[in-house]
Amino acid sequence: MAVETKKTPKSGADIRTGSEAVKKALPQMLKGGVIMDVVNAEQAKIAEAAGAVAVMALERVPADIRAEGGVSRMSDPELVSKIIESVSIPVMAKARIGHFVEAQILQSLGVDCIDESEVLTPADEEYHIDKSKFEIPFVCGARNLGEALRRIGEGAAMIRTKGEAGTGDVVEAVRHARKILGEIRSLSIMPREELMTYAKQIGAPFELVLKVAEDGKLPVVNFAAGGIATPADAALMMQIGVEGVFVGSGIFKSGNPEKRALAIVKATTFYQDPSVLAEVSRNLGEPMVGRTAASLAATETLATRGW
Amino acid sequence: MSSTIGVLALQGDVAEHCRSVEALGRRALQIRYARQIDSIDGLIIPGGESTTIAKLTADNNDAIFDRIREFIDADKPVYGTCMGSIFLAKEIEGSTQGRLAAMDIKVRRNAFGPQRYSFETTLQIPVLGDEPLNAVFIRGPVILSAGPGVEVMARVDANIGRLGKTAGSLPDEAAIYDSYIVMARQKNLLVSSFHPELTDDHRVHQYFLQMVEADVPSAQNDLAHAHTVSRMALAAV
Repeated sequence: MAVETKKTPKSGADIRTGSEAVKKALPQMLKGGVIMDVVNAEQAKIAEAAGAVAVMALERVPADIRAEGGVSRMSDPELVSKIIESVSIPVMAKARIGHFVEAQILQSLGVDCIDESEVLTPADEEYHIDKSKFEIPFVCGARNLGEALRRIGEGAAMIRTKGEAGTGDVVEAVRHARKILGEIRSLSIMPREELMTYAKQIGAPFELVLKVAEDGKLPVVNFAAGGIATPADAALMMQIGVEGVFVGSGIFKSGNPEKRALAIVKATTFYQDPSVLAEVSRNLGEPMVGRTAASLAATETLATRGW
Repeated sequence: MSSTIGVLALQGDVAEHCRSVEALGRRALQIRYARQIDSIDGLIIPGGESTTIAKLTADNNDAIFDRIREFIDADKPVYGTCMGSIFLAKEIEGSTQGRLAAMDIKVRRNAFGPQRYSFETTLQIPVLGDEPLNAVFIRGPVILSAGPGVEVMARVDANIGRLGKTAGSLPDEAAIYDSYIVMARQKNLLVSSFHPELTDDHRVHQYFLQMVEADVPSAQNDLAHAHTVSRMALAAV
């Protein structure tokens, strides 16, 4: 099991690692922050200096995965270790959907959180990783409440919108955040006798549907991801109601990564303040080129991966 | 009396602290600007990333950093959890990152290793009574040493977070320190390496509210009692 209880040598107090509370708490500390994709130690340091709350270590940012094609896998452990050594902030890394061995490897490397990600090529077209078995938290993508609650049921300690990674087009992240938050709102006013049928319809565990109906929110932290490229995009997602943002290709595929990274960090904190947003959005240089999510062929969309 | 407690809302687990403050019947105010400091009686600096908060307070047109310093200098109570304790510390081991440098402590960031070694445990905190407190440490810091004006309120055994790692590789400090300081107070400043805001046990927040409302007679008795119990001198090592 994930939870491990040990006694301290001196006082004999119980020490519990990997408990649900401990796994859910890490994302809670990241709230209001920006998690940035980085492909080497140098980028990781730039991200940390700009105020990122965590970095996502990977070999190729989603925009390059799109451009280059082929099978996309977990990053080289050497790269992940170098990035862990280079920064003091938490380091996340991606495992393929269903690839629990990649997740075991990442956990042993000392990453702080694993993203079971649709950006990589799925390893299993039916089952996701049993995340409750692991000592470290997982973040998973979702397009709707049913998908979010299935992932939480499997042990995810954090949810993010899928958006459409590597496009620089925020429209899909907006769609997914509005969908998830809208479904939570309708659930919170739903009569109790309708909840079981609702749980059946959205394919979600009944206990989690009950919990969301009672609390009016997900039981884990909820970030936005997939297509966020500007400070205004980050603030838009925050105003819609997410608790923080992931920025993938948007920073290091732009003309001035340092400046854009800091601008997105500030925009995520001062998301309700248009004067700050205007100030940080000035002279950021070229944004990532991007392509519209609507122009993607069905075989090119990443968000449809996951079950 | 109903006091207003500000929670620094630049980044971190702000909502959790607001929930604890509100559960105790006080008003919580999210603080993002210097001008808001005027309307609060006490300030909580939440958990989060210390490098992020350093960047957001230093690189900012708003004078919030200076205003918090003035608030502290005016003896107003401030409570820092985890990142908050790092931000309040005079010294951060191996780092020159921005900080308020208000409390005479030396901290080590992320003292227990990566998230895999984050943990919960029960702590005996004399000032909060006999009932142990369930404490959640998330990539938590520890206080390596504290000046003479600092009252130690709780400790955990050294190297506990590394128990799951290689046996026999105790950090050097274990030979010097029996245990690490994880909660301390210096006059108007309170810090904890752990996160009481994540649980429903609000005794640490209650204690902080007593610091804030010390001039209210009903709170004063409890506070005087609390001090008798917890007086422990600690020499800096």
